Amino acid sequence: MSRRDGERTGAGVPLPLMVPAALAVAFLVLPLAGLLVRAPWSGLGAQLTAPGVGSALRLSLVSATAATAVSLVLGVPLAWVLARSRIRGRAVLRALVTVPLVLPPVVGGVALFLVLGRQGVVGSWLDETFGVTIPFTTTAVVIAQTFVAMPFLVVSVEGALRAADARFEDVAATLGADRWTTFRRVTLPMVAPGVAAGAVLCWARALGEFGATITFAGNFPGTTQTMPVAVYLALQREPEAAVALSLVLLAVSLATLLLLRDRWLGRAAA
Amino acid sequence: MRRQAPLALLGCALLLVGCGGSDGRSSTLTVFTAASLTDVFAQLGEELEEQRPGLDVRFTVAGSSTLAAQLVQGAPADVFASADERQMAVVTDEGLADDPTVFAANVLTIAVPEGNPAGVTGLADLAREELAVALCAPEVPCGAAAERLLVTAGVEARPDTFEADARAALTKVELGEVDAALVYVTDAAGRPDAVDAVEIPQADAAVNEYSVAVLTDAPDPDAARAFVELLLSADGRRLLADAGFRQP
Amino acid sequence: MSLAAQVRVQRGMLHVELDVEVADGEVLAVLGPNGAGKSTLIRVLAGLLAPDAGRVEVDGVPWDDVARSVHLAPHRRPLGMVFQDALLFPHLSVADNVAFGLRTRGTARAAARAAAERWLARVELDGLGGRRPAELSGGQAQRAALARALVGDPALLLLDEPLSALDARTRLTVRAVLRRHLAAFAGSTVLVTHDPVDAMALADRVVVVEEGRVVQAGTPVEVSRRPRTDYVARLVGLSLLPGTGKGRSVRLDGGGEVAVADEVAGPVFAAVRPETVALYLARPEGSPRNVWPLRLAGAVPHGTTVRCELEGAVPLVADVTATAFAELGLAPGAEVWAAVKASEVAVYAR
Repeated sequence: MSRRDGERTGAGVPLPLMVPAALAVAFLVLPLAGLLVRAPWSGLGAQLTAPGVGSALRLSLVSATAATAVSLVLGVPLAWVLARSRIRGRAVLRALVTVPLVLPPVVGGVALFLVLGRQGVVGSWLDETFGVTIPFTTTAVVIAQTFVAMPFLVVSVEGALRAADARFEDVAATLGADRWTTFRRVTLPMVAPGVAAGAVLCWARALGEFGATITFAGNFPGTTQTMPVAVYLALQREPEAAVALSLVLLAVSLATLLLLRDRWLGRAAA
Repeated sequence: MRRQAPLALLGCALLLVGCGGSDGRSSTLTVFTAASLTDVFAQLGEELEEQRPGLDVRFTVAGSSTLAAQLVQGAPADVFASADERQMAVVTDEGLADDPTVFAANVLTIAVPEGNPAGVTGLADLAREELAVALCAPEVPCGAAAERLLVTAGVEARPDTFEADARAALTKVELGEVDAALVYVTDAAGRPDAVDAVEIPQADAAVNEYSVAVLTDAPDPDAARAFVELLLSADGRRLLADAGFRQP
Repeated sequence: MSLAAQVRVQRGMLHVELDVEVADGEVLAVLGPNGAGKSTLIRVLAGLLAPDAGRVEVDGVPWDDVARSVHLAPHRRPLGMVFQDALLFPHLSVADNVAFGLRTRGTARAAARAAAERWLARVELDGLGGRRPAELSGGQAQRAALARALVGDPALLLLDEPLSALDARTRLTVRAVLRRHLAAFAGSTVLVTHDPVDAMALADRVVVVEEGRVVQAGTPVEVSRRPRTDYVARLVGLSLLPGTGKGRSVRLDGGGEVAVADEVAGPVFAAVRPETVALYLARPEGSPRNVWPLRLAGAVPHGTTVRCELEGAVPLVADVTATAFAELGLAPGAEVWAAVKASEVAVYAR
């Protein structure tokens, strides 16, 4: 009797898995619940219509989407090279491109300055040749977010490529497809769910990016002030405002991810 | 036996952490200090440790607002030194400290990359469009001060970025990514090899006052008072002046 | 013309050293156990693996010539290949799978689509072109894979264990389809298999491969009659008798008749395994419906058994124990009675 009850309540999940899983959920969800409880609900309207909130949110969404697009265009081919090519030093290359995962983002921002800043190796050339400076522009925001978020996409897509059956690529070759055609018409469609998952991870990471952005792109309302930067600065003066802004970011990202899951990941998985 | 080894290790670790503080003869003084005071306070801490064998002075360094928020959330500390009177007020309003003493003042200066490549001579240059200019964000004390100063001087600055704190603004000067930044005199004085400072005649329009207080629930109120006394002594004043601080 | 290949590849411990030649319209079966180097050979022919030495030439065009640093990339080789698992692209419809090779080689979409539909009809998949591969049975998928390989009219057709992933029933029907298309195919075909029935039923010639080398080559009949090693004897003793099925009987093209257990109709093979053939000096009494007077043409001992080659209306291969062989006092030219239970005769459509 008790045994049957236990099975029903646990829904078939063994206890040694159930308890840590429940703890994990609590650990991840409670802080969010805390935000909701502490949110200044009465003053929320005023907080959210404050000048700068709308433009910060818009900039965040636009720059995170642009960073994801750049990551897709550059990162998927890189993942292919890591998963499929036989070039020398692949292991070293893989370690190198995942460095931004472990690098403190602020350090990443400084590193970007050293390359793309006015005094940077590439940046000074851009400045002298084209009169283009990157720091403190929306482009810099996208670059900072791409730097930090692209490894998530690369790792995810590389995993999908490794899990995919490479024999299909042999089949395509015997059917007259060169490697580029094979990649486009066979490999990419087959790993589409992995690419989609990677893109979502990448977008989420870009949306929450703070350290590299505020370092490399700075903070200027409308051009470089993304939501995380706005939240951090609000925290300096008015914690309530910071909570309110965080809620907006949270709501928008949750809505986007749920929508994508149904529209895109759902179909790819089916 | 083997299975118990990690558990035993964990037990030892807990014991060490638990027992470290209960040793009666040594004690720890915790000072929450605004980032700009780091160097001066480190020297004062060493001096106090010499005077009082067994005393260990530790610093928690952050922006004044962050520190104030941590204290309100119950962080244990003996002394709070704020770069901003508003943040000191947050702590005293909560009844966590009373009777703060203003011990130093700081004014703004224009930090420029070494050699001043853009030829900045005064506040008016901050309005030049071709210059890359960093200010502190209005949310943080050095930004609020910059705003006051610019309004007083009647200069409409054209900043490219509002930095989260004075150090971040200074870093961008050091990297040569901005031509000028409004930072505290003490920040610029701390990096004489990397940045030059352009003095501002109107600087007195925005004076930032630093205050210090012993916290009501200080675990070691005796050592806390000794630290504040040392700060206010002639020795302390000399160290502050060397770092570029003004007398209040 | 056709295929001529000398392939030398070192794969781990295995040294593959195989020479094969296949004429136009001919089907060569490469028969051997797993790990013998068959797959290595077919991957080299496809261009998926570069040989360490040797050359591959098709219709006079060198596809590989190590000495001259020639290696034609797989996608530049006019070939079709069928793999063990059909490996239809899961994200494309069946028709798009079949049209794939035409599209990559530059055929316009509509023309490729039409050719794909024609080929689907030829492999009896009419109307299934719009389905996803996951919606096909194993046999249907393998037939679609065959259509995909043949649609571009390749010079060389490579079949890599095309039937071994199928269950026994499906294998029969797919084998029949395969046989029909191989007969009509003008190019050279290389069939790699570990199943002697496939080799016997589908190939014009067989090479038996062991540990990277050819141990025997010849027509299926030659190889099964005169196996040169114990391995070949065990592997290819099967007698395949072509004939026409009617009721529970197969009338052989060579004149005899074989009783079988199930109803059969149309052109078939009756297959008899050598260990199921019993030999007698006098006509046996009792149940067996298949009893034929034959003549012993030759006998080769293999281990504890003797492989007997029998001539007559129903040419067979029989394995008898050495003891029985001695007791019967058989010698080449001797007249014997051979008996096989109808239930022991397998029938394959052809």
